[in-house]
Amino acid sequence: MDEMEFKVATFKGGVHPSGDGKNLSSGAAVQTAPLQSEYRVIIPQNIGAPPKVIVTPGQLVKKGEKIAEPGGFVSVPLHAPTSGKVEALEDVPGPMGVSVPAVRISADGEDAWGELPPPMDWKTAAPDELKKRIADSGIVGMGGAAFPTHVKLSPPPDKKIDYLILNGAECEPYLTADHRLMLEDPESVLAGAAICGRILGVKNIYIGVEVNKTDAIQALLAKAGAYGVQIVGLKVRYPQGAEKQLIYAITRRKVPAGGLPMDAGCVVQNVGTAAACAAAVLRGEPLIERITTVTGEAIRHPGNWRFRLGTPVRTAIELAGGVTCEPGKAILGGPMMGFAQKSFDVTIMKNTSGILLLPPEMVRQYESTGCIRCGRCLSACAMNLNPGALATAIESEKFDIAANNHLMDCIECGSCAYICPAHRPLVQHFRRGKAEIRKRAKKN
Amino acid sequence: MALFIVAALAMTVVGLLLGCVIGLFAKIFRVETDQRIELVTELLPNANCGGCGKAGCADFAKSVVEGENPPGKCPVSSREAISAIARALGIEAGGEFKQVAVVTCSGDHSKMKTEVRYNGVTDCVSASLIAGGPKGCAYGCLGMSSCSRACPFGAIEIRNGLAVVHSDLCVGCGKCVATCPRGLIKLVPADAPYHVFCNSPEKGPAKKKVCDSPCIGCRKCLKAMPEKMTVTGFLAKVNYSAPAPTAEEIAAAACPTGCLRAALPVKKEQEVSEVVNG
Repeated sequence: MDEMEFKVATFKGGVHPSGDGKNLSSGAAVQTAPLQSEYRVIIPQNIGAPPKVIVTPGQLVKKGEKIAEPGGFVSVPLHAPTSGKVEALEDVPGPMGVSVPAVRISADGEDAWGELPPPMDWKTAAPDELKKRIADSGIVGMGGAAFPTHVKLSPPPDKKIDYLILNGAECEPYLTADHRLMLEDPESVLAGAAICGRILGVKNIYIGVEVNKTDAIQALLAKAGAYGVQIVGLKVRYPQGAEKQLIYAITRRKVPAGGLPMDAGCVVQNVGTAAACAAAVLRGEPLIERITTVTGEAIRHPGNWRFRLGTPVRTAIELAGGVTCEPGKAILGGPMMGFAQKSFDVTIMKNTSGILLLPPEMVRQYESTGCIRCGRCLSACAMNLNPGALATAIESEKFDIAANNHLMDCIECGSCAYICPAHRPLVQHFRRGKAEIRKRAKKN
Repeated sequence: MALFIVAALAMTVVGLLLGCVIGLFAKIFRVETDQRIELVTELLPNANCGGCGKAGCADFAKSVVEGENPPGKCPVSSREAISAIARALGIEAGGEFKQVAVVTCSGDHSKMKTEVRYNGVTDCVSASLIAGGPKGCAYGCLGMSSCSRACPFGAIEIRNGLAVVHSDLCVGCGKCVATCPRGLIKLVPADAPYHVFCNSPEKGPAKKKVCDSPCIGCRKCLKAMPEKMTVTGFLAKVNYSAPAPTAEEIAAAACPTGCLRAALPVKKEQEVSEVVNG
């Protein structure tokens, strides 16, 4: 396909990790993971208030039945991934290394849906009804942040939204879940985009896709006209899919420092989130499953699977043929922004976009040295910051200097640490600096 | 000769005049200094640690003289120094009992498993932000010296991956308490001999999996001395408002994991080696 028919948009800065590992799983069609005998659904699966569990051990639940109510406005409910019995409320290893509460459900094997809300016609339904359905279906940002979608779709009345942008960039190396979704089910993505557009009252709807996914772009283009959605090709560059970078690439608008996309008149949603919105509106199905890439050089048969929430990572790895060697590193998410894991007992959550297992020879342990002031981090920073200077300030605990130099605008994409020839743990310094600045702001 | 006399006289007159002017100005613009503030400042340790909540020792001295704080509010000064201040000012010593910091964790490298390899910034705050740190217990001491760097008195040492407080050097200023990302460090009465060296609220078996010396919540200590201990969930705590447990009571409690124990008498490793060598 001729890439030149697109405006290939991009942003300033970023990196392109060589050998991005996408080809391991990009050809593997999405398979549906078989029904498990047991699911452990982690309770806090969204940013904001954790949901409140409403089931008790011993209770029978149907597939899609609510098991937790939202704990506030910035919160979403949780639903049973299959029909069966609630066995226990217990603590399980969480993706961040600290145990988190979970509901353990044993499947009865029938996988019978409970009572679902009726399908809606999105073209005629009231926007508020659509938004309520999305909130009730427990939908959060599935790209990784897990921010409740209905909150993003509720901008304050004084913020006029001009653009709805769907993020199909999937700029993280190795991950292909969004790619397969756009290729195999473009109509769900487009319908979800149109639904979100109707809720926001926005006519300009764009889907940004990196041009290394030409088949997905073609699939979307074939149907896009009917939904009034435009497809934009994006340069293959990490972090192309970061909200602020995506907005700049497509609209040339800049989100002000410390601001949200809505301050630039934009709302950004992940393509997976849009597909979940479509399922909720068109079929009444709550969010109980997602597509996750199981990949890496240490996985025997990398691919994409549709997993129910609460499926242990161990099961996912077994489905992918197991490991070829004792993995050197296991990461939930992509290699750039994902979280290293110490246990395979972690379960798949609404924002688990990938499970990445790398063999020991690919995991290099660097000895970090002092900054040599080469300035490469400056050209890699997608936020126009000076990462080297920020890290030096934080290292000497001069947090006010870091704050004055806009540390809080760092999106922790890791481009600077990736490119640093002195192998400085820049992002780790930034996380600490941000934590300290937040702590101090709270005190004052 | 005459020239010399004129010059000497002129200088004397000018000198006298200027002297009078200075004397006059000193009278007009006299600043009232309270001698007592200087005295109290001298008697304070002058480490400016801020443990009293004031900007430094001089500021604290001012607040003592003005009657805002009792001298005993200084957590650092010895009893003698505080009573000297009280005597000098003719006021009550007041204040609280001396407190020292204690790191409520037993998990050094010999007792606690390290689950993963950590290759990052050697700083507890930074490490705890990555998957809860490398140690098996998500509540235990990370041993990366954030507290010992924060301590202005050099009272905390990292020994085999565990922070240990030198209670003789510790003045209870609380800087380490604010620094520890795990909230492990507690200020306790200096004369309390026994503490529970565990801070994990997790269930007993889960703790036992990663650590050889956790509090497993068996309640033996609570049975042996019900007034002196409290147990919440799987974690016992010494009730410091009750009289301190005696050695016999501790022996009777027979903590099965050894996490209810006396703080080990510690000396700086340097000093220990000096004693051994010399």
